[in-house]
Amino acid sequence: MLNTERKPITGKRVQLMATCLCDAFYDDVAAATVQVLEYLGVEVVFPEGQTCCGQPAFNGGDWTASRKVVRHTVKTFAGEEPVVVPSGSCAAMMFHGAVLEFENEADLGEVEALGRRTWELGDFLVNGLGVKTWPGRFEATVAFHRSCHSRGTNSSTAAATLLGSVAGLKIVEFGEGEQCCGFGGTFSVSFPNISASMGALKLDHIRAVKPDVLVSGDMSCMMHLGGLAKEEGKPIKTLHLAQVLRDALKNGKLI
Amino acid sequence: MRFQQIDQFAAELKADTRAAVYDGSKKGHEKRTKLLFDEYADPDRLRRIAGEVKQHVVENLDTYLPQVEAKLKANGVIVHWAATAEAANQAVLGIMRARGATKMVKAKTMVSEETELAHFLEKHGMEALETDLGEFIVQIDGDHPSHIVKPIIHKNRREIATSFEKNGLGAYNDDPQTITRRARHFLRHKYLEADVGLTGANFVSAESGRLVLVTNEGNSRFCLAATKCHIAMVGIEKIVPRDYDLALFLNLLARSGTAQELTVYTEFISGPKSPTQPDGPEEMHVIFVDNGRTEVLASDCRDILRCIRCGACLNVCPVYRQASGHAYRSVYPGPVGAVLSPLMMGDKFPQKADLPKASSLCGACHEVCPVNIPIPDLLLRLRNRAKEENVPSPGTPPMGAWALLASQPTAWRASLFGGKIINYLPTKLLPIPALRAWEAKRSLPAWRGGEFRKWLKTRKGRADFSPTAPSRAEAKKAD
Repeated sequence: MLNTERKPITGKRVQLMATCLCDAFYDDVAAATVQVLEYLGVEVVFPEGQTCCGQPAFNGGDWTASRKVVRHTVKTFAGEEPVVVPSGSCAAMMFHGAVLEFENEADLGEVEALGRRTWELGDFLVNGLGVKTWPGRFEATVAFHRSCHSRGTNSSTAAATLLGSVAGLKIVEFGEGEQCCGFGGTFSVSFPNISASMGALKLDHIRAVKPDVLVSGDMSCMMHLGGLAKEEGKPIKTLHLAQVLRDALKNGKLI
Repeated sequence: MRFQQIDQFAAELKADTRAAVYDGSKKGHEKRTKLLFDEYADPDRLRRIAGEVKQHVVENLDTYLPQVEAKLKANGVIVHWAATAEAANQAVLGIMRARGATKMVKAKTMVSEETELAHFLEKHGMEALETDLGEFIVQIDGDHPSHIVKPIIHKNRREIATSFEKNGLGAYNDDPQTITRRARHFLRHKYLEADVGLTGANFVSAESGRLVLVTNEGNSRFCLAATKCHIAMVGIEKIVPRDYDLALFLNLLARSGTAQELTVYTEFISGPKSPTQPDGPEEMHVIFVDNGRTEVLASDCRDILRCIRCGACLNVCPVYRQASGHAYRSVYPGPVGAVLSPLMMGDKFPQKADLPKASSLCGACHEVCPVNIPIPDLLLRLRNRAKEENVPSPGTPPMGAWALLASQPTAWRASLFGGKIINYLPTKLLPIPALRAWEAKRSLPAWRGGEFRKWLKTRKGRADFSPTAPSRAEAKKAD
């Protein structure tokens, strides 16, 4: 089982781990994360030196390269504040993957310490801050994709709790929700055929329930599914959990 | 561009085969989940307990193996130890020759697939007939099982009817009942003619020396009822400490493997027939097979030896569903096979080092495993081992340059800015192979490197933020 134990939240200040995907492609997701946290009165600090959590090399099998990046990340996120990240995948890298690849390293303790204060955004809002309902309004039928890195964590339940509480928002279930979208990091480029077939199945299930928007806590899944749909010439609208929460606030004129 | 073998295999798979594998595994998974969660308040807790029991066994084999040997001997069983597949096969051959036996009927056992026992015996002039219906069909087809529990998941009934016709088992008829009746009729006579019955064992209790066999067709009972000699081939990891533990394992195995509360037949075998019993084997042998297991035990992936061969991880695995079992080139396919098969290669690990790559690491296998094996972690360890042994891995992006960039913030920020060039390049001119492979199937989103950092610096208070994303569609079209 994943070690998802976290230090309880005391202060109102967090460090934001924006993720390399948001840094490169999805700036609005990172911005929405800041806006959501600030709405709750949380001060968001962005350590400028941050790069990536190290997961690409970890998954690719190059643990030496990955540890180099993790060590940089540990240094960059020094301090005691919770680290909040709008990605179940990067969060799991910090509290599980990195710990695995450091099991025989002298600095395992520092890596574990960072893992214990790293939170996926939805998990942080619901289980860290105790937010159970979300204000504002978001008129849409939403298909929520449970990303694989949230297995064994509180993240999917947390996201569903928040989304389900937004006025105007209706969640629709789709078939085989427990199945992977086919992204899988380096898997997506070294097994392109299987990866794309898995994505096509997921898209079939999602389209069958005709949602207005597909929402997830991980942009990597959205990048894959959105990219496949666009390539097919049948694009789908994708949003990150943070964007839905931020837009709900905006629609309700709360920010 | 070169792709991974398993990906290539999946791409070339016949649509019929893919559909059969997909449907069979999906149904198996859904029935399993319903049964477990309908009946038990907390099935995950049961999986964790079962995992701890098997882990305890794996870590204490040095205690349990002598204990089980003593119990078996006391029960009148002759115990053999086989370090290799060859030694296991030779032991079987030796027993048959000593009895002047030439005909064996076989129940389904994965360890005999590992050792290719049937082929070996045929080469030495013996008849070795598979009596499990799926294994029987695989045998008459000269095929290989593609699933641990459902050997012919990759076939449809039309293919089976055709091979029955080809093998003289009646004119073409694809009605499943007819197929089964014909196989049964053929096999009945074979049981009566056979000298030796071979089985595996799903569990062996160290407390009592009892062998436990679970089947659904009753074929293993026929194998033992009609022959005078019973040989069981058993992997050394099949031990459970106590008879009591079987309650947990039998419940989990049947539910996880075939979505049954219990299999149709559950046999407890304590030894050869006693003088007071009218029939049954008068001689019983247990061959404990290592065949690479102690090497697995010595590795950092020993958790995989907990496996009770239920096949639930195959059924749930999206990669297995797309690629089929034969894609794995191994006796054990799917997630468990992707860990076990390369490990069992010993020094030839590089030949199967691609198997652990065939996973999106989605974790569904870990979630369904009745003994809670952290399969994704083990796949990752093996990927790292492959890298350390410099095994080439087609399509896996090299990470050295990336790691350098990602540990130098200034260089990272510069590359965020410089990356914008990809918005204007056609696919074939994209500077990184991984990006080209991505675009072979998917559109890349617009590169907006550094935009978030800029926003953070320039916004005043909680400034609104409405990005307009340019599309890569134009550039990609220029390809």
